[in-house]
Amino acid sequence: MLTTKQKVWWALGTVAVLVYALFPVAAIFATSFKPSSELTSGTFLPSSPTLSNYESILAGDAQELFLSSLRNSIGISVISTVLASILATLAAYAIARLDFPGKKLVLMTSLAVSIFPVISIVTPLFNLWRTIGLYDTWPGLIIPYMSLTLPISIWTLTAFFRQIPWELEQAAQVDGATTYQAFRRAIVPLAAPGVFTTALIAFFIAWNDFVYGISLTSTSAARPVPAALAFFTGSSQFEEPTGAISAAAVVVTIPVVVLVLLFQRQIVSGLTQGAVKG
Amino acid sequence: MSAITLKNIVKEYGDGYAAVNDVSLDIADGEFVILVGPSGCGKSTLLRMIVGLEDITSGELRIDDDLVNDKAPRDRDLAMVFQNYALYPHLTVFENIAFPLRLTKGALSDDEIDARVRRASTLLELDEHLDRKPANLSGGQRQRVAMGRAIVREARAFLFDEPLSNLDAKLRGQMRTEIARMQRTLGTTTVYVTHDQTEALTLGDRVAVLRRGVLQQVASPRSLYEQPVNLFVAGFIGSPPMNFLPGTVGESSISTPFGDLPLTDRLRSAVDGREIVIVGIRPDAFHDVDESDVPDEAVRFEAEIDVTEWLGSELYAYVPFTSHDDVAAKLEELDRDLDGEGMRTQLVVSLDAMSTLTDGDDATLWFDPASAHVFDPETGDNLTRDAERASKLDEHGAKARKRAIERAREKAERGEASVAVPSAG
Repeated sequence: MLTTKQKVWWALGTVAVLVYALFPVAAIFATSFKPSSELTSGTFLPSSPTLSNYESILAGDAQELFLSSLRNSIGISVISTVLASILATLAAYAIARLDFPGKKLVLMTSLAVSIFPVISIVTPLFNLWRTIGLYDTWPGLIIPYMSLTLPISIWTLTAFFRQIPWELEQAAQVDGATTYQAFRRAIVPLAAPGVFTTALIAFFIAWNDFVYGISLTSTSAARPVPAALAFFTGSSQFEEPTGAISAAAVVVTIPVVVLVLLFQRQIVSGLTQGAVKG
Repeated sequence: MSAITLKNIVKEYGDGYAAVNDVSLDIADGEFVILVGPSGCGKSTLLRMIVGLEDITSGELRIDDDLVNDKAPRDRDLAMVFQNYALYPHLTVFENIAFPLRLTKGALSDDEIDARVRRASTLLELDEHLDRKPANLSGGQRQRVAMGRAIVREARAFLFDEPLSNLDAKLRGQMRTEIARMQRTLGTTTVYVTHDQTEALTLGDRVAVLRRGVLQQVASPRSLYEQPVNLFVAGFIGSPPMNFLPGTVGESSISTPFGDLPLTDRLRSAVDGREIVIVGIRPDAFHDVDESDVPDEAVRFEAEIDVTEWLGSELYAYVPFTSHDDVAAKLEELDRDLDGEGMRTQLVVSLDAMSTLTDGDDATLWFDPASAHVFDPETGDNLTRDAERASKLDEHGAKARKRAIERAREKAERGEASVAVPSAG
């Protein structure tokens, strides 16, 4: 049991961490409700809250820029997450269960890929993509996103699969299942929490990316939200689009927060537990 | 229900180590065969080869007349109960039992599946647990679910891989009886792997003893106990184990640390010119002079009791002795094979529970020399084995099995099979 003193310290620490982490979010949230005249007023809370910034990105001038980029972000992130989850599930299963030459190599390569700084790859990729026609397209972003999401997915899922008792699969085979059926009916249900957690992490990585998004796109055909924010303009050249950017930032933060709140139990159990006991 | 035939089965690993070496075994239709041996003797490997989870390096495995060496587990139609039960944690008890039936893809209607699962769950007294998940069940209940999953398929044979080793002693006894009853009721061919010689003796129609991948003896439990072929089988079967004493052959007797055995015709022909032999006597062959009538031919000896263990139904007394150098090495090797610790050499005597002997007492004990076995110290062969008597015991066992199966089938025809509901804890 914690003593009162310890409790106080814990509470203080928790509050400090929360303020540190959430203050910027709160500031952006507050800013998004300020009219343009108040942006430089220096107050934290808007004196006369307005929805004009949201109107401008969802219905006004910036609508086309924002909504198309939102569509791009959702589409590209979802597709790269789904692909990465499927590929990582199969790869991790093979690594955890089967004996094949080059197993270590696959793991090591995927680790190496995730070590490279994104910025060092982006320039050659820019040239390559322009040459083969992937520049400013959805696949042109999905492919590099998978290079970010696959390694971490393969690593976490391999660890997860290793904890699932081998015997279950053998039991399924003896019970009359093919290798695929044994995987599908005995292993996948057990692995589902792990796969789900991994998919969420992969989704956030893709959703939050900025460097690829700004470098490999040029029009609204594929530009994701984080990159599109940089292209917002004020109503005149003397006006900063801070309010609209804040509103857009709040809008793209919402799905992440909602996903985490909805699935926090699965995420926590997927990250910490993993153990499957019969 | 099927016969399983193993012919010169070999399992060799990549490094050339033969886990199972040249095992041949005929398992008759409806027979309950036990594979037994200390850890690492290859019994589990052999079972996994039968079910198809382990490749067969060479030899032939037939189920009925089909050669199944290269068939996948699913095509062999065998049901297996795993040591850790291997229940599917995400499925309820009902779905766990129904799992093999669901895989038949439309061959069975939902009603048929439901009926068969319920029949199995009634037989195993799992009716009230059908909606629960395995994680919420006790060890014995999980064990029964695993058995339910095996019997629901009406497979050609049951295979058990040390199914009771994760249960506590009381439950193990109960489940042992359950398995025996279930097998008799269903009359299904069963292969059962265990390292526990009690399970082997109580369950098996026939018991196959393995040592380092080599089959030592296949016989009925009685024949195995009474007429072991060698030191290893004699030492493995029976609890407490058989006492092995160094014996020096003289003019008219074999002298051991505990009295001299007169060289009767039986012993003389067995010894056949050897100077040193190993004499094996079961603990229950010894008696206290004060508490029993001593026959004329008995061998008497004085012994200082070191430790006693009173178990309620009997009393074990331990008497240390120094072994003869020539046989000490052989006995040590045997002890290692039997997973022993190579501790002191001591005589174990099983006496009547009413005996008042305690630690440190001097006692006069006797045994009937006719109950002693004589083993060759080099090869370990049993020199006094009575093959005729052994085959008579085997025949007796086979007859008993046949009668049991006939009774089970008659009952099944009368529709009573599922009425013979066992009770389990």
